[in-house]
Amino acid sequence: MNRQIVKLFGLVVVLFAVLIGFTSYWSVFDAEALKEEDANKRPLLEQQQIKRGRILAADGTVLARSVPKGSGDSLRYVRRYPEGSLYGHPIGYSFVEEGDSEFEQFHNDELVGNDSEFTSILDELRGRRQEGNDLVTNLDPEAQATALEDLREAGFGAVVAIEPQSGRVKVMASNPPFDPNQIPLKLNELNENELEAPLLNRATQGQYPPGSTFKVVTAAAGLDSDTITPETTIDAPGTLDVQGQELHNDFDEDFGPIALDTALTNSVNTWFAQLGEQLGEDTLSEYMDRFGFNSTPAIDLPSDQVATSGLFEGGQLLGPNDPVDLARVAIGQERLAVTPLQMAEVAAAVANGGRLMKPQIWSRVIDPDGRVTKRLDPSEYSQPISEETAAELNTAMQGVVTEGTGTNAAIPGVAVAGKTGTAETPYNDSCGGGTDENQAWFIGFAPAEDPQIAIAATVECTTEFGNDVAAPIFRDVAESILNGE
Amino acid sequence: MSARNRELTALVPVALLLTAGFAAVFAQENARLDDASLVYGAYFFAICLATHFYLRIRLPNADPYLFPLVALLMTFGLVMVYRIDADLARDQANWFVLGLVLFALTIQFLREYDVLERYRYTIAVVGLLLLLAPRLPGIGEQVNGAYLGVKIGPLAFQPAEFSKICLVVFLASYLREHREVLIVGARRVLGVTLPPLKHFGPMLVVWGASMFMLVFIRDLGSSLMFFAAFLALLYVATGRFSFVAIGMAMFLVGAWFFASTVPHVHERVEIWLDPYAHPQAAGYQILQSIFAQADGGLFGKGFGQALITIPGTDAALLPAAQTDTIYSLIVNELGLFGACAVVLIYLLIAARGFKIALLADDGFSKLLATGLTAVFAIQAFVIIGGVTRVIPLTGVTLPFISYGGSSIVANFVLLALLLLISDRARRESRAAEHSGALALEGR
Repeated sequence: MNRQIVKLFGLVVVLFAVLIGFTSYWSVFDAEALKEEDANKRPLLEQQQIKRGRILAADGTVLARSVPKGSGDSLRYVRRYPEGSLYGHPIGYSFVEEGDSEFEQFHNDELVGNDSEFTSILDELRGRRQEGNDLVTNLDPEAQATALEDLREAGFGAVVAIEPQSGRVKVMASNPPFDPNQIPLKLNELNENELEAPLLNRATQGQYPPGSTFKVVTAAAGLDSDTITPETTIDAPGTLDVQGQELHNDFDEDFGPIALDTALTNSVNTWFAQLGEQLGEDTLSEYMDRFGFNSTPAIDLPSDQVATSGLFEGGQLLGPNDPVDLARVAIGQERLAVTPLQMAEVAAAVANGGRLMKPQIWSRVIDPDGRVTKRLDPSEYSQPISEETAAELNTAMQGVVTEGTGTNAAIPGVAVAGKTGTAETPYNDSCGGGTDENQAWFIGFAPAEDPQIAIAATVECTTEFGNDVAAPIFRDVAESILNGE
Repeated sequence: MSARNRELTALVPVALLLTAGFAAVFAQENARLDDASLVYGAYFFAICLATHFYLRIRLPNADPYLFPLVALLMTFGLVMVYRIDADLARDQANWFVLGLVLFALTIQFLREYDVLERYRYTIAVVGLLLLLAPRLPGIGEQVNGAYLGVKIGPLAFQPAEFSKICLVVFLASYLREHREVLIVGARRVLGVTLPPLKHFGPMLVVWGASMFMLVFIRDLGSSLMFFAAFLALLYVATGRFSFVAIGMAMFLVGAWFFASTVPHVHERVEIWLDPYAHPQAAGYQILQSIFAQADGGLFGKGFGQALITIPGTDAALLPAAQTDTIYSLIVNELGLFGACAVVLIYLLIAARGFKIALLADDGFSKLLATGLTAVFAIQAFVIIGGVTRVIPLTGVTLPFISYGGSSIVANFVLLALLLLISDRARRESRAAEHSGALALEGR
């Protein structure tokens, strides 16, 4: 019988090996897929038990914190946003049932303390619960409040303010805002509100026609590619026939032969249209790429919540070889759609001597023991234009504010450089389909000789011009930031 | 080193492991180390030591590894159950002691375990009556659709746990007597070796008993466990694989027929095939069992870290964590490595059990040791296989780990029988070696 007993033991070994095989499959090989199953609430429930780190403004104002509910085994944490709707954008929200968005989503790993496998094993050995890190942002509470307040008066739109030398995002406001505290009750309602779209971060997701603010890009390409110099004159008639359709200056004003400063100060369409045609599609699109158009901005927000800027046809980005009306691209018309963030980056690059820094909302990570474990190390995204080109543009843009189309952006005692934009958006459903609605813009930086802040402000569906609604927002926000320092 | 000294040496690390286990749970719950873990460790060690000295006196030659291995399983069980609920762990510890008392009594009074052969039909009838008991009005109890429990006054127990020992004793005895006839009388029909018809009867009875369990007790797990033990014994006794094949075919046909007609059994199979069909209802337990394992990964979350109930409520996230799905909880908290350790302990126990069967030199001892080891290993397979979706999930306990008095006490009786067989076998083999050596010297 011994032979059979040995064989029987062999069978037991095989059966137990099957058990180990199945256990390995569930616990290791298929584990990630199982965690994604809808029926599996475990990952959510566990996350709820972790004390998520706080999110702070640059001055220490608490923007998000977790409060405990229950105790012992039933202990769980719920997110609170003390500042309400002021930071709904760009902080977003994080709730177990409703999920997360924006900054909360992007920095989830740091906020829940998923630092590394090694430290979590150490923590486990020390018997301590996983705890999240605090995140300090660059956001300036006073300027953020100013921006949202101004927007509430002006209309739907967005403001983005970036420190040019570092890429630190000091303001990111979007109107209409939302109060993240209400997400658990109102997520569906907010999602279904397509008319106002309060959950849309217009600063990074709003895709608007840039209007004349795009002339800064055209001018940068012209100067940097040596197509023109600041002294080069181009004859600027009142109207220009482009591809069978007339292109007008405001009031069809004929400027005659003028150089860049006059053209930019008065936002002369016929001048920039001809410059665009001289540049050619290759050159203009190369400079757009350098400024960050045609790719997702390198900001610390989830990539599906940051829109790309460029020329679009039916929601699709056009390639460099698609036929475009260059003259109208050069003045910010055609099928251009840009985000306020992108235009703020254009202003910031000019302000920073031609070097574009990666825009970042976070500033430092503080672990539960109060130690700073990570600090933002500003890094360059690209150098779209030379320092010389940047200086020339800077001068030209100052004229816009001192004597041109953007006088409302002027700050007493401070030199301001900027550019207005007013893109006509008639028959636009999101504006109610009227004929007089515009997309009003102002982009710029201050102080011009030593820029501390670069800002893009835009208001949608307004009957007024950039200088009337957007330039004052720029002024207020810039003043707030400059006074705060 | 003598067998008992090896046993003593092996018990020390087990007691230390229990102490460490409790220390880990305390550290998790109170965020501090607690002297209580030392006290529990000392108690545990004292009980093991008492058992060890008892074995030293009564069964000096018995296998030295079985008891430490079982103590190791009890360690896993006590710590895991304590981690779920301290009150349950107190019960578990009491049953551990009660189990050891029965263990000692079995060794005391069944030293000449051959007497079991004399009462084999009585034992078989007792085994069947035990199986029937849960369906008897007044004392029967239905648990999750299966009739597994008996309740007489304050005393509740699961008779199937004891019944399995009765059945193995009967089969070992019956097959010891008839194995020759079964082998010699076999005929080949259409290329298949069939057992002689005359002796087919009792086997049909066993098959009938398994089917009966499926239909009336509605317990797929126990039924599978019993029949598999029967086939294992039949194979070892006769060496005819064809008998096993026929038996398996009969079981499968019967199981298939009843699985499609008995609603409870049918449902269990359906859940096994597609647990996602009703993730919040019928499929909840097996799905949560698998999700708990996925949560564990390679190293597990650590003692006391896994979720058993939904936080803030009493709703179970891992249903029956202290009994059916305790293995999933082990995977969750100790990871794949911890689970491998548990399976390895069962495998080592099986190895020692079969070793005893190999050493034993009379047919009854061999078959009894084989049967007891097989039924023990299969029980572990049925429940671990159930919670890992290898086979349909049924309510069988994980021996020595799951919370439950009947299971612990019955398995300690099983262990006592194995050690009794082992003591005799090793004594005789040593005696044989000794006389052989003397013979050599005399030459």
